[in-house]
Amino acid sequence: MRSFTYQRAESASQAAAAVAATPGAKFIAGGTNLLDLMKLEIETPTHLVDVQDTGLDRIEDTPEGGLRIGTLVSNTALSADQRVRRDYAVLTRAIQAGASGQLRNKATTGGNLLQRTRCPYFYDPNMPCNKRKPGDGCAAMKGYSRQLGVIGTSESCIATYPGDMAVALRLLDAVVETVKGDGTARSIPIADFHRLWGDHPERETALEPGEMITHVVLPKPLGGKHVYHKVRDRASYAFALVSVAAVIQPDGTGRVAFGGMAPKPWRVEEAEALLPQGASAVVKRAFANAKPRSDNRFKLALAERTLAGILAEARS
Amino acid sequence: MEFNGPSQDAILTDPKVIGKSTRRIDGPLKTTGTAPYAYERHDVVPNQAYGYVLGAGIAKGRITAMNLEDARKAPGVIAIVAATEHEPVGSSDFNHAPLFGGRKIAHYHQAIACVVAETFEEARAAAAMIRTSYEPEDGTYDLAKVAPSAELEKGGWGDARSDRGDFEATFGAAAEKLDQHYTTPDESHAMMEPMATIAAWDGDRLTVWTSNQMINWGKESLASILSIPEDKIRVDSPYIGGGFGGKLFVRADAVMAALAAKAAKRPVKVMLQRPLIFNNTTHRPATIQRVRIGTDKQGRIQAIAHECWSGNITGQDGENATAQTNHMYAGDDRMTASYVTQLDLPEGNAMRAPGEAPGHMGLEVAIDEMAEKLGMDPIEFRILNEPKTMPAHPDRKFSERHLVRCLREGGERFGWSKRQAKPASVSDGRWLVGMGVSAGFRGAPTTKSAARVALDGNGGAKVTTDMTDIGTGSYTIIAQTAAECLGLPLEKVSVVLGDSAFPVSSGSGGQWGAASSTAGVYAACIELHRSIAQKLGIDPQTIRFEDGRVIGAGKTVPLSDLGQLAATGEIDFGDYKKGYDIGTYAGHFCEVGVDRYTGEIRIRRMLAVCDAGRILNPLSARSQVIGAMTMAAGATLMEELAVDKRFGYFVNHDLASYEVPVHADIPHQEVVFLDTPDPYSTPLQAKGVGELGICGPTAAIANAVYNATGIRVREYPITLDKMIDQLPQV
Repeated sequence: MRSFTYQRAESASQAAAAVAATPGAKFIAGGTNLLDLMKLEIETPTHLVDVQDTGLDRIEDTPEGGLRIGTLVSNTALSADQRVRRDYAVLTRAIQAGASGQLRNKATTGGNLLQRTRCPYFYDPNMPCNKRKPGDGCAAMKGYSRQLGVIGTSESCIATYPGDMAVALRLLDAVVETVKGDGTARSIPIADFHRLWGDHPERETALEPGEMITHVVLPKPLGGKHVYHKVRDRASYAFALVSVAAVIQPDGTGRVAFGGMAPKPWRVEEAEALLPQGASAVVKRAFANAKPRSDNRFKLALAERTLAGILAEARS
Repeated sequence: MEFNGPSQDAILTDPKVIGKSTRRIDGPLKTTGTAPYAYERHDVVPNQAYGYVLGAGIAKGRITAMNLEDARKAPGVIAIVAATEHEPVGSSDFNHAPLFGGRKIAHYHQAIACVVAETFEEARAAAAMIRTSYEPEDGTYDLAKVAPSAELEKGGWGDARSDRGDFEATFGAAAEKLDQHYTTPDESHAMMEPMATIAAWDGDRLTVWTSNQMINWGKESLASILSIPEDKIRVDSPYIGGGFGGKLFVRADAVMAALAAKAAKRPVKVMLQRPLIFNNTTHRPATIQRVRIGTDKQGRIQAIAHECWSGNITGQDGENATAQTNHMYAGDDRMTASYVTQLDLPEGNAMRAPGEAPGHMGLEVAIDEMAEKLGMDPIEFRILNEPKTMPAHPDRKFSERHLVRCLREGGERFGWSKRQAKPASVSDGRWLVGMGVSAGFRGAPTTKSAARVALDGNGGAKVTTDMTDIGTGSYTIIAQTAAECLGLPLEKVSVVLGDSAFPVSSGSGGQWGAASSTAGVYAACIELHRSIAQKLGIDPQTIRFEDGRVIGAGKTVPLSDLGQLAATGEIDFGDYKKGYDIGTYAGHFCEVGVDRYTGEIRIRRMLAVCDAGRILNPLSARSQVIGAMTMAAGATLMEELAVDKRFGYFVNHDLASYEVPVHADIPHQEVVFLDTPDPYSTPLQAKGVGELGICGPTAAIANAVYNATGIRVREYPITLDKMIDQLPQV
């Protein structure tokens, strides 16, 4: 870990201004991912702006009938909120499928969206990685890739976005609200928040330098049956091989998003329109351009089977 | 004292302390966080500085240059021990890969520098500033590719080859045959406490406060590695946060701490950071196994062969997965062979039940497959082939063997009769449910062990020995032994362990620790009995110890009247054991559910029925067995060090990516001990259990997965990606 300076900001705009004004600065909230990466010097911020005093720790009702979640709301608090449990159960289930109780107590809503990939080559500074060091090459491409991406990847990076919460947020069409260093605010649809790697796997989100997440807004509830099925080798405390978030309506229509497959939560609206035809049609369409490797080809069959299980249980 | 069996000590006729479930006497220290583990021993020596070990970034080759300038100038840095500036250290009988090898790199994450600074963070930051250039060489990393050229093991833990009769001919002519291959991956010990050492020099004398299972091996090794006399070294390791064989040997933490303390001219503490544990230290080598079984039409085994291929950096000793096969099933014509090839991966070495743990993953699945071929119940098939004497050496009698009872009683308790022999015939909602069974065998080795027992003059006693407690409960069974022998309540006995200043014990490893070390304490108590008898003029044959008093020759004398009498004793085991096959046995059972959609495998319940001699402390013995069953669940369903065959290292080198079971994976475990003292094992008729528990649950799980699904995965770990193409249509 490199030496860094530290300050606590009292408001989001103050935090954003501080990060924007300081080269090499980063925000810190729960720090559950950032600190690990700093210990390995994969992240080497020169200055940390702690946002825990910014007061953004409330969940409010919106006039549209949805919820506005402060960026500091912990994973535990968000998943336990009565309104979330009642109206957005897929979000509760996704959050509780992630990490451990201790980590969820510490992890925040905004921070969780920004967690970085778990590609083992990204985590080993001795190995070439375009994400860690642009232009360095990718050790994962011909390496151990069982956990890595099958779609939306590129010639420079095959890593996945590892989280669960964001898969549910993508399904729910959440909107990410931010404030920039100059004090201007904007709203980013979750679909546009995480980027595909392309030639720049080091750029992971739509956020600009110094731009801070302030809230995540959920539109009004969808109704239907909410399911999050996270598939993994051990029963808890593991990243998804494949996860499927779904809301299934009584008429068989619905929404579906996949985790563990791509650089971002993977939802293809034209594919989910095929839900009444069954899992096979949906997955074929959603992953039409998949480029799996021999280590992770199974994820395509697994995604289909997992969705088939969800549809069967939704019908019963 | 030489033990020549059979044991018939009178104290065993009605033991008051031994054999009773007893909470750990060191438990309060652990639950209050006050047990002094190596890295937190702030009080043992002042002025401790922090060392941080840097691991090599390549698997094989040479360091051409190390730029240390920035690191030297970094804040807080006191000294740097670097491969380009320091002679390589020596080796020892117990270490194969170089612990600090100068410019030559033999494996990934080999220690190449230790940076010493005032704080841990400063040492770590400075270590990251060292820029190292390498000249890499090609290495050999793919076991399957080089296995065909492997040769018979030269070292190792068991017979490299054994033959009886003419296996090939009998197998060729057998009515029913099975010929299958199984593979097990490289595995990491992944113990909770990483390797850690504080080292301090006083002139030419070195003290290491460390975390090590074998104090005397550690002392000998350090002497050899550092080229200093053994009597100048003290090793102290009273508490150990798990070892599983990874801490049988001195590792880079101790060596680098010693070198760094010399360079820094002050005490240095080093803990190997978690990402180094997987490639810097040792691991269980992967195996490729072939099992062939030939039977007659009734299912009697006539021919059985088990071969194993593994690799190691030494090219000499690998993972001998055939170890149990010479002991388990009848069959006149038989063969085992263990081949090993050179690989440039990190050093392979002992991990909990070396050989037998992966060996059961081959043999006991093959037995299940053979039973199915024969249309027999797998328990009945095993019982039909229960041998009368050791199958590979029929002249060796079993001392005590109750494997059939383990299987029968286990079957009854587990509800085996409800198992459907036809796979994939039981469902529970979305789950396919199946049961599996395995027999378990693990040797019951014993080795010489010494202790000192001293009366404190206040009616209590203190035991000192260099025995270790690696979380197993050694403190407690040693206290129980002394209490029993001296007629004292448990709380009147104190136990101090793990210091090389104390008498040399068996140490903890190979499932020999509990049986051997308590035998050593027993020997010391017998010596003390003699001294007391002599002092009081009582015939040592008639002296009794009860309720804190010595009784004999018409006298009753409180122990507190005897002053500070002390005795040292050592147990040694005579040649008589060569005539016996002394083992521990188990029937392991498991029920699993397999998600018919996703192929996720979840254990529902496990049972082990164990035949392992006199159980000294059923409470801690049970903990040992359930821990081993948990480790078996990991080995079967998730644990695998993924080898990057291009760069030559284990890719998943942290606990996020090397998955071991969590609580949610282990819903229900039951352990039953048969009351089967073995007079041929030790004076206390005891054997170990810590490794028996990992010998067989693996195969029971694998067989249950097959029973649930009809899918036989022979490449461990059994994960859903290996089954998904064969799961039922959905």
